Amino acid sequence: MYNETTQDGHAAHDDHDHHGPAKGLMRWVTTTNHKDIGTLYLWLSFIMLLYGGSMAMVIRLELFQPGLQWVEPHFFNQMTTMHGLVMVFGAIMPAFVGLANWLIPIQIGAPDMALPRMNNWSFWILPFAFTMLASTTFMESGAPAFGWTFYAPLSTTYGPDSTDFFIFAVHLMGISSVMGAINVIATILNMRAPGMTLMKMPLFVWTWLITAYLLIAVMPVLAGAVTMMLTDRHFGTSFFDAAGGGDPVMFQHIFWFFGHPEVYIMILPAFGIISAIIPTFARKPLFGYSSMVYASASIAILSFMVWAHHMFTVGMPVAGELYFMYATILISVPTGVKVFNWVTTMWKGSMTFETPMLWALGFIVMFTIGGLSGLMLGVAPVDTQYHDTYFVVAHFHYVLVTGALYSIIAAFYYWVPKWTGHMYDEKLGKIHFWWSTIAVNVLFFPQHFIGLAGMPRRIPDYALQFAEFNMISSIGGFAFGLAQVFFLYIVIKTIKGGPKATDRVWEGATGLEFEQLSSPPPYHSFTEAPTVK
Amino acid sequence: MIFNKLSRCSSSVALGIFSMLAMPAAQAEYKLNMTEGVTPISQQLYGLHMLVFGICVVIGVLVFVVMAWSIFHHRKSKGAVAANFHESTTIEIIWTVAPLLILIGIAIPATATLLDLEDAKTNADITLQVTGIQWKWKYTFVDEDVSFVSSLAQSSRDVFKDPTSNENYLLEVDNELVLPVGKKIRFLFHSNDVIHAWWVPALGVKQDSIPGFINDSWALIEKPGIYRGQCAELCGKDHGFMPIVVNAVSEPEYEAWLAGMKAEAAAAAAAGEQDWSMQDLVARGETVYQANCAACHGPTGAGIPGAFPAMTGSPIVNGDPAGHIDIVVNGKTGTSMSSFKGQLNDVDIAAVLTYERNSLGNSVGDIIQPSAIKNAR
Repeated sequence: MYNETTQDGHAAHDDHDHHGPAKGLMRWVTTTNHKDIGTLYLWLSFIMLLYGGSMAMVIRLELFQPGLQWVEPHFFNQMTTMHGLVMVFGAIMPAFVGLANWLIPIQIGAPDMALPRMNNWSFWILPFAFTMLASTTFMESGAPAFGWTFYAPLSTTYGPDSTDFFIFAVHLMGISSVMGAINVIATILNMRAPGMTLMKMPLFVWTWLITAYLLIAVMPVLAGAVTMMLTDRHFGTSFFDAAGGGDPVMFQHIFWFFGHPEVYIMILPAFGIISAIIPTFARKPLFGYSSMVYASASIAILSFMVWAHHMFTVGMPVAGELYFMYATILISVPTGVKVFNWVTTMWKGSMTFETPMLWALGFIVMFTIGGLSGLMLGVAPVDTQYHDTYFVVAHFHYVLVTGALYSIIAAFYYWVPKWTGHMYDEKLGKIHFWWSTIAVNVLFFPQHFIGLAGMPRRIPDYALQFAEFNMISSIGGFAFGLAQVFFLYIVIKTIKGGPKATDRVWEGATGLEFEQLSSPPPYHSFTEAPTVK
Repeated sequence: MIFNKLSRCSSSVALGIFSMLAMPAAQAEYKLNMTEGVTPISQQLYGLHMLVFGICVVIGVLVFVVMAWSIFHHRKSKGAVAANFHESTTIEIIWTVAPLLILIGIAIPATATLLDLEDAKTNADITLQVTGIQWKWKYTFVDEDVSFVSSLAQSSRDVFKDPTSNENYLLEVDNELVLPVGKKIRFLFHSNDVIHAWWVPALGVKQDSIPGFINDSWALIEKPGIYRGQCAELCGKDHGFMPIVVNAVSEPEYEAWLAGMKAEAAAAAAAGEQDWSMQDLVARGETVYQANCAACHGPTGAGIPGAFPAMTGSPIVNGDPAGHIDIVVNGKTGTSMSSFKGQLNDVDIAAVLTYERNSLGNSVGDIIQPSAIKNAR
């Protein structure tokens, strides 16, 4: 039915407006509609955020005071491991794929994603992957407890039985990501409306195009790493086992060759979101569109050449350490270009501060803090002292929570009136922002200090001099966790109803989705290609 | 309106943080920053850290001041009308080149420090081999025939539930590493099982110990004192419980300590020649068990189902002594059961075996003498 109507184009147009979604549960199981699939991804990501967040609460509870009060060290390690895996692969990545599904077609004037059936499949793999991963918690050996970076040989020779479930789950997530990435590339390169040249695309589309190439390049590397683990564990190979002539450090090289581009996979789409929101509320065009595109591409290319800065203490040759230090600190140049462009866009604008703008401004400030601590970490000799401490924990939570997650929440508030036709409750949105922002800084800012003062990461218990700041950090953690439950309430309230949103939604909004589509858009939008000036 | 609220809010948060900082700062141990340490390298690292930190603070403040200025002045509620300027290649080039110059300014001292940091090979006075073992450290003085294992002190293990009374909780060991001041010490790191990292902040040394690799690093301690550190690389269940204590002393004291260690080793070897009573072996075995075995097999021998086997009722413990001796002396390849022949002496292994066979819910009734261990090596 759907294919016929779209292929008929003009002739079927009237019929088309009445063609809504199927009824009941099967709508969601069999859907090939980019908006439905986007919604599914976003809900999965929210569930995973709360699941991963609840494990963070266990971690902060145990670290609330020195001593072992609540959980055993082995279970604590399972919590840190699963928290990292669930947040990276379950919360942040699917949220961006969900936003890509919702936004890319309506931003480039396409009727849907290029490969809708594959789109359905790439989503529906994920609930199975995460069910399998979560099930390990209930196994006799417990869940994987070797950190989300699963360094060999702790994860191979010394890994618990549940490691094999972890390996298969990672394979499934990788397949899903690669299919999603192929779909994004095929859609952007083939389905743009006439006149939508590459250099007219919204930056969210640009950053996702680049991100999709990163995904296709590195997810197979991750798949290779876990496959080598699998054969080491069960089929007598010794890729990572020194006793059999293998090399445990090679595991880290392979992992971080995936892992570093992965970091940019989780932040490039965020740059795109912020580049949409700031001009809207400053009522002024983005200062340097083309330099933003080039900066994103430079960051992506550099991201392949800096992986070993995660490994400054493994004993690399000095020449290697020098190279990786220079290449790493070089990334701060294009990243700086981005921040300077956003700030200059705000300069002499006519700003208002609705909820999406607040989250975007929060992003710029706190992502800059995370970026600057990243520059410090890139300086190899001092990194030998920062490495594997809470300073690192503070750094990557500033870029991932107040960076990536903040941009996702900003995107929700910015586009949800377009998606649902309902304005969210502005007062609740602002409370959500201020509550989260105060809490997240109480949570992560002190971790810089305890890291510099000498507290290693991934420990269930600590020496007495770290007690005060850990308690402060835990209080911030509980408050931040509660704020996201409050967010759930805001989301449901907005979906159920709210003041009617205009088609333009925001006074300063630009782009096809705001200029040419109703709020909410029809189930099938842009069945006729729009005109792009 | 909101910004009035914000400024009130932020000033009270700032006040709160400052009062928290001020309060514990009275305690001597309390630190907010990287230690300056007691070696030339740690002091260089501290200087570099403060330099890069200062640069980052300046950049951050500049960006935030510009942002804050436009947030306060270029707002619609104040009647600001949006300008329409955008795209300027000149400005883009300026804010690409300026950071590059700053980076070069960082890279020059960083390169110099890194070259010093990596210079472990030249002119070392003492070579110390450091072996990471789940979850303890073994130290071997390569030229001295002195070797011992250092693990978390019992006084920390006793207070897991409420450690507030123990000042050095989790940072104290049973056998301290004694090193002389004023000598260049070259460390050689490797591991018997998984990857660990030996980190003593005051020495400016953090280096991974990796199975199949030998890494090196160095320290020249300038001031006597006790310097504490921890394992920094996740190495399994008790990663948080393998501290390091370095006791830096004058050279004569160090020589005396070495002599004492050699005498102790000789006495232990002599004790291994004798026959021991079951009572003595079981008593000694309990201490050895709690320090070396309890982390996996449980303080009561219950193990951790699915991960580490129980001692109580174990077929190996209750079976032929030869099998029991073999698994403890040689370990079991492909599992976390490590070989203890390099970690414990004959008496300790004999004691722990006898303890396991006659305690923890087992009652085999036999005695394993140190001589049996000597023959099994």
